Amino acid sequence: MPVTNVTKDLDQRTLVITAEFAAPVERVWGIYADPRQLEQVWGPPTWPATFVEHELKPGAMSRYYMTGPDGERSGGWWRVLEVDEPRSFTIEDGFADDDLNPIDTMPVSRSVYAFEAIDGGTRATFTSVYETAEGLQQVLDMGMEEGATLAINQIDDLLAA
Amino acid sequence: MSESEDRADALFHALSDRTRRDILRRVLAGEQSISQLAALYPMSFAAVQKHVAVLERAGLVTKRRSGREQLASGDVEAVRSVASMLDEIEATWRGRIDRIDLLLSDAPGDTSPISATPHQSTTPSQED
Repeated sequence: MPVTNVTKDLDQRTLVITAEFAAPVERVWGIYADPRQLEQVWGPPTWPATFVEHELKPGAMSRYYMTGPDGERSGGWWRVLEVDEPRSFTIEDGFADDDLNPIDTMPVSRSVYAFEAIDGGTRATFTSVYETAEGLQQVLDMGMEEGATLAINQIDDLLAA
Repeated sequence: MSESEDRADALFHALSDRTRRDILRRVLAGEQSISQLAALYPMSFAAVQKHVAVLERAGLVTKRRSGREQLASGDVEAVRSVASMLDEIEATWRGRIDRIDLLLSDAPGDTSPISATPHQSTTPSQED
């Protein structure tokens, strides 16, 4: 299992997940730098993502949508804040409307993606912070977690086969 | 939805204070009277009572009266529900991490797998 540690800080509404991948740092970084690869990992299998705009450069806006089982779309965006290739980058991400413009009233989370070389691959540390409890709850109400659970089950089935 | 938001906000607000977290730890271990609790902190009885009231509004603590005493006890299920919100975000991340792992094993060491491996697919349909 690639996930090696999970830390949750309820007071700070922060989640830190550490994972190890059997690939060099540059290769893992490459997934995030390339929208065609990023969209393969961002959305769950039932809600695949399509990145319309994406560039891992400070100040850049990424726009994407995820397509549900009945063809319905859910928009989202990233704002790239800091980039230190290939060690780390910081983004804000949130929800977007049908034209893929940010919805101001929806919650925004800030995440730091950090990568370091370890024996045999890469250790990745993902830190996600929600500014308010409301925001956290709203994200969950949007039903993202349902898709994620499906994705995990699908992979478990694959490994068990 | 707004009811659950209000509830989430009350939960996080209640847990944002060190004294309240300490009170909660104690009353989760067993019922305590407010005066017992008040003796533990360098603050007035009224201040401790206020902290307990915040915890009560958040649904983390229940209060009952016994004679002159007010007794407080912790609600274990409510504490779990805060943790479960972050559990769900964790599930989102775990899904992404598993897919990264899958993508990396699809095309080891290749920095442009899209053009190099036309057979590549993230849908494990053959397993059905």
